[in-house]
Amino acid sequence: MRRRGSGRRRTDRAPTTCGGGVEVHKIVAKDRIAPGFNRYVVEAPEIARKHRPGQFVMVLIHEHSERIPLTIAASDPAAGTITLVVQEVGKTTMEMAKREVGESFLAVVGPLGTATHIDKFGTVVCIGGGAGIAPLLPIAGGLKKAGNKVLSILGGRSADLVILRDEMAAASDEMFYTTDDGSFGRKGLVTHALADLIAERGNPDFVVAIGPAVMMKAVAELTRPLAIPTLCSLNSIMIDGTGMCGGCRVTVGDEAKFVCVDGPEFDAHKVDFDLLIKRLRTYLPEEQAARERYLTDHACRAIDGGNRG
Amino acid sequence: MADDAHGLPELPKAQRMKIPRHGMPEQEPAERVHNFSEVALGYTAALAMEEAQRCLQCEKPLCVQGCPVEIDIPGFIDLVRQGDFKGAVGRIKETNTLPAICGRVCPQEEQCEIVCVLTKKYTPVAIGRLERYVADLERASGHVDMPVCAPPTGHRVAIVGSGPAGLTCAADLARLGHSVTIFEALHKTGGVLVYGIPEFRLPKEIVDYEVENLKRMGVEVRAGYVVGKTATLHELFHEQGFDAIFLGTGAGLPTFLGIPGENLIGVLSANEFLTRVNLMRAYDPGHNDTPVRVGKRVAVVGSGNVAMDCLRCAKRLGAQEVICVYRRTRNESPARKEELERAEEEFIDFRWLSAPLEIYGNAEGFVTGMRIQRMELGEPDASGRRRPVPVTGSEYDIEVDTVIIAIGQGPNPLATRATPGLELNRHGCIVVNKETMESSIPGVFAGGDIVTGAATVILAMGAGKQAARGIHDWLGRLGRGEVSKPVLESEPA
Repeated sequence: MRRRGSGRRRTDRAPTTCGGGVEVHKIVAKDRIAPGFNRYVVEAPEIARKHRPGQFVMVLIHEHSERIPLTIAASDPAAGTITLVVQEVGKTTMEMAKREVGESFLAVVGPLGTATHIDKFGTVVCIGGGAGIAPLLPIAGGLKKAGNKVLSILGGRSADLVILRDEMAAASDEMFYTTDDGSFGRKGLVTHALADLIAERGNPDFVVAIGPAVMMKAVAELTRPLAIPTLCSLNSIMIDGTGMCGGCRVTVGDEAKFVCVDGPEFDAHKVDFDLLIKRLRTYLPEEQAARERYLTDHACRAIDGGNRG
Repeated sequence: MADDAHGLPELPKAQRMKIPRHGMPEQEPAERVHNFSEVALGYTAALAMEEAQRCLQCEKPLCVQGCPVEIDIPGFIDLVRQGDFKGAVGRIKETNTLPAICGRVCPQEEQCEIVCVLTKKYTPVAIGRLERYVADLERASGHVDMPVCAPPTGHRVAIVGSGPAGLTCAADLARLGHSVTIFEALHKTGGVLVYGIPEFRLPKEIVDYEVENLKRMGVEVRAGYVVGKTATLHELFHEQGFDAIFLGTGAGLPTFLGIPGENLIGVLSANEFLTRVNLMRAYDPGHNDTPVRVGKRVAVVGSGNVAMDCLRCAKRLGAQEVICVYRRTRNESPARKEELERAEEEFIDFRWLSAPLEIYGNAEGFVTGMRIQRMELGEPDASGRRRPVPVTGSEYDIEVDTVIIAIGQGPNPLATRATPGLELNRHGCIVVNKETMESSIPGVFAGGDIVTGAATVILAMGAGKQAARGIHDWLGRLGRGEVSKPVLESEPA
């Protein structure tokens, strides 16, 4: 059942300084699934009910934080929750990691973006790299449910960064792993595993690749000459996530597209990844400065606390 | 509240006309370009009463006809003259729910003040400044008389979008006794009043205060809720039990130029720039995490009110050179004269008759410059303005670190895309019955920029009021069983 009692909404009201009426979203479960990766199960009954694979939410931790887009890794309409897997990469995601069960996020808005077109394609290869494995999970599940044979290739820098292996295995017929350092699976990149797979078994009918932009670009370059339809999911810079700022624009074919409303998924063969990679670096100096400031502040506080303790 | 202020006598008309219009104290340009505090400081009680004394109290006041929400302008001004400021704000609020906002952002010079009889020979009564004064005074007093709401009707109305159209529609419907819920996609209410208009023109606390007042009237607000995504119109009607829906989703879709280099880093839509600065308060990086970077030289393309806001924000963020690039002349600029003048005072470099041709960048993809073509005015075009024509061989380059595109916004597509059967015009705006503001779907009403395309706050408020009347009528018919709620096909997400 959907939980949407007006009583709950009223008691959970956010501080009025925020214009009021924002529904706070409580963290009901949290676990650390890998170094730097946290999984949150968050109360968001209406989003859970509407979520389709491929869609994302905009999250605002508190009134002064950034709005960040996070792809939904799973949803449970019965429990009224969605699952988010977040890698600590900058100030906002590190601050998010400090939120514990029982605490809340100020805003979780969605589900945004268009849903993945799930169909029966035949044999599908699902490729996930790093944090991209989380959004891949519901898509792989959807594809398997639709009757596809799902072969999944997961990659990461080292063994402990190849996340959600069991969950992905449950959504796949066969699993392949790669790591940069060879600590798990084959040493190398996901594209090496994909090339071998194609050499051994011929072209799959469909490829889904979600991960760092360089990874998706490499997959697209491999499958383009083979004319294997390939879908990617882009995670560009966004503010509102509803089509208003245009900060997320990418070139797809010859057209400017907004990742938030036209995507986040696009035909990987048509995406201008070089442009995307450049645009992702827009606020790199600011992001690095904020991260260092946060780490310094946090370290100082830890020392203070130790002295007092 | 200065209720006990001694009023001023009613002077003979000939004498009234001789009083010059009173200016409003404001921050000096050299000072204000270093802060985001409000530029205009507002009248004092004495200035307000003296200004009010100028009003001729026309028997057939043209100013009222010029006001989209038909405020009893001579009535409230006469109360100001008498020193009854509380009475004056009460008079305004009979028809206008948001006087502190309208007093600041309405283009009075095109509406009420342009038709003031004093305009012909002298200067018009400063209606907007007086409206602002009494509204500010009431807010500062902390004693606000809440409008009396009619007994509950049992009808529920969903307002989609919390901008000026939605807030006005919500207030009027609440007064009529309907139960109103506002759905806002962003995490903060106010729409363009909070994401678009900068703090130095409209302090956000004023918008927050007006929303708080609506909540005190019983209006429920659900922010961070995207109608069309979190729930469809069909679900609002049939699962959440709303009896009517008002769409006031605004014009938030950015327009780009379509010239080479527009995707370089440092090229932003006006929406992105203003949202970072205003909604996310990037101008205060000590307390807020959303970054904004302008560099030393900023070019803003366009010359409307939004462009003025971008220029003035960029200046305040520390840009040394801020350049306005506009293909027509100052005369054709769609910005309010007051905004244009303030931008000119703030050391903005206006390049009239200049069209951007191309934006250049470096190997890392950052903007470094822009090529500009000089223009001259030719024959009038469809808008009646003389068409700018390129001057051959006049191209020149400027160095810039940031380019902001402020050439207009289209209607927000999210709610309309998710609602098959809703009739749109070729621009993507919702088609409505001009009397009732009802859309092609019975029970679904719309108003503001989503109907007209990007316009003004007050026109959106006028539309919100009109829609409230249309909705009230619809609810009456619904109650009598003459109409029923529409069944809508739903779009797959």
